[in-house]
Amino acid sequence: MTDAEAMPPAYLRDKYAIVGVGETSYTRGSGMTTRALATWAIKNAMDDAGLSSGEIDGMMSYSGNDSTASPLIAGDLGIRLNFYMDVMGGGSSSEALVGLAMGAIEAGMCNTVVIFRSMNGFSQVRIGGTGARASQPVQGDSLHNVPYGWFSAGQNFSPSFMRHMYDYGTTPEQVAMVKVIHSEHASRNPKAYYKTPVTVDDVLSSRMICKPLHLLDCCVETDNATALIVTRAEKAHDLRQIPARILAVAGRVCKPRSDMHFQHGPISTVAGHYIKEIIWPNAGITPEDVDITGAYDAFTFTTMLQLEDYGFCQKGEGGDYVSSGIMRLGGRRPNNTSGGHLCEGYTHGMNMIIENVRQLRGNVDDYCPIDQSSSIEQRLHTCDYTDQQCRQVKDVNISMNLGWAMPGTGSSLVMRRG
Amino acid sequence: MVSGDYLGMSLSITDMDTENLTYFGYCSEGEFRLQKCRECGFIRYPPGTACPWCANRSFEWVLVEGQGEVHSYGEVHHAVQKSLSEKVPYMILVVDLDVQKGKPTEHEALRVAGNLVDEDGELASPELIGKVGIGTRVRMVFHKVSNGLALPFWTLDKNTEQPGTPWRYPEN
Repeated sequence: MTDAEAMPPAYLRDKYAIVGVGETSYTRGSGMTTRALATWAIKNAMDDAGLSSGEIDGMMSYSGNDSTASPLIAGDLGIRLNFYMDVMGGGSSSEALVGLAMGAIEAGMCNTVVIFRSMNGFSQVRIGGTGARASQPVQGDSLHNVPYGWFSAGQNFSPSFMRHMYDYGTTPEQVAMVKVIHSEHASRNPKAYYKTPVTVDDVLSSRMICKPLHLLDCCVETDNATALIVTRAEKAHDLRQIPARILAVAGRVCKPRSDMHFQHGPISTVAGHYIKEIIWPNAGITPEDVDITGAYDAFTFTTMLQLEDYGFCQKGEGGDYVSSGIMRLGGRRPNNTSGGHLCEGYTHGMNMIIENVRQLRGNVDDYCPIDQSSSIEQRLHTCDYTDQQCRQVKDVNISMNLGWAMPGTGSSLVMRRG
Repeated sequence: MVSGDYLGMSLSITDMDTENLTYFGYCSEGEFRLQKCRECGFIRYPPGTACPWCANRSFEWVLVEGQGEVHSYGEVHHAVQKSLSEKVPYMILVVDLDVQKGKPTEHEALRVAGNLVDEDGELASPELIGKVGIGTRVRMVFHKVSNGLALPFWTLDKNTEQPGTPWRYPEN
């Protein structure tokens, strides 16, 4: 290691890994509490890693007052915690918490951290904003937007999306391709809530929700819990799976104001514009080195805006990038191979990290047959994308997650195989 | 504490929230006033305790011209809030105020959101919505909710020249 590499921020590069991932089914009507959902997802992640309750001593989660706190779930699973932290947050928290888990271990507070997000995003607190959240009294700062019917995520972000079309000539047809491609990916994912491939015409003829967003430009609302386990990379080699080593992480990078992000222009520029100054030098790579992306798709537009501002294409060329076929299975850099939030299920970003971990292992859960001679559930992937079975990308070495909370707030995680 | 109902929504401001109390109080008197920093001289929006440009906490409320240009918009066809479901489509405008536009940096402006309303202050009809887009000139009007609380809205500015064709989302 050279002196330059020994200096922060690169000195933690490769030292930590995600060693286990797990989730529940993506449903509408889980019939379970968020506490039960989280317990299932965490146990699935522990089994995936080959870790017992006694080997986990840290737990973290995030929520918007719609979930269950770590100590309750730890108790249910017989995990004695040396560290826990439950924070407020939504999209872009997943990557940030991976970084905080590394920090907690580095500080000597604990050794192995499970991160979870558990939500009944359809049955209880609806992520789209309808129901209880929409009928709350309007107080203080909310008076500047909520009385205008400017409330849900789609409504809040729509002027940023619209301005991108104005600034750069981005077309509805180009952006619709994000949904088209993610739906093709989801058709090879047994877990996906929506498995049927759609066309550009399907997207543009679906009903308008908030211009420029049609119904199919918006993500699905589901009930689910997701979990991932972070520990030191040297410990990973004693566990069941090929580790996903963490090259770099950036967490909750913001525009100068994150609540009223549109105060700071250009409003069609998003947090990725700032994150790229952190994530690329810390990871020691460039966009060209990335094999697969997980660009958060709360809406079709969020995927495009992020890929553009992180530097996967020139500013303003996001429409070309997402409609070119680069993001497709078999393309140069597939995005959200599980179908993401538009098709698989809505988890505030966790499922996109889980998918990339599995891609790095070379073992996504598609429709390819299982190798009966393998000790783990290893599938015999064809990497042939014409047969509607396989979604494993060939020779994945580096993945990147691009987490989105708002146009002004985002996080990122770069991982490598091994 | 001031409170009131607007389209079935319960609105309120506590006595502790002094900046919003003052801002919406001026609105209820038909005045658009914002805080001007006594140190650096920049005006700020939304109301807040310190200046986002120099962190100084000393300010005065100054009268600001409620006029500007549509920077971007959203057009809601499916309302999330029950009270607004009968009002669709409605338009949310993000307006660059003329005052301080392009400062402190070229991409910045004081941006104030609000629905598009007609001359009578009613939420705009689909016909009126179809005439408004990025670049449209608008001026502020107030809808009084209660004593001490009025909401600002935007209406077409008839006293100024409008752009030939404002930019709108491509229609089929």
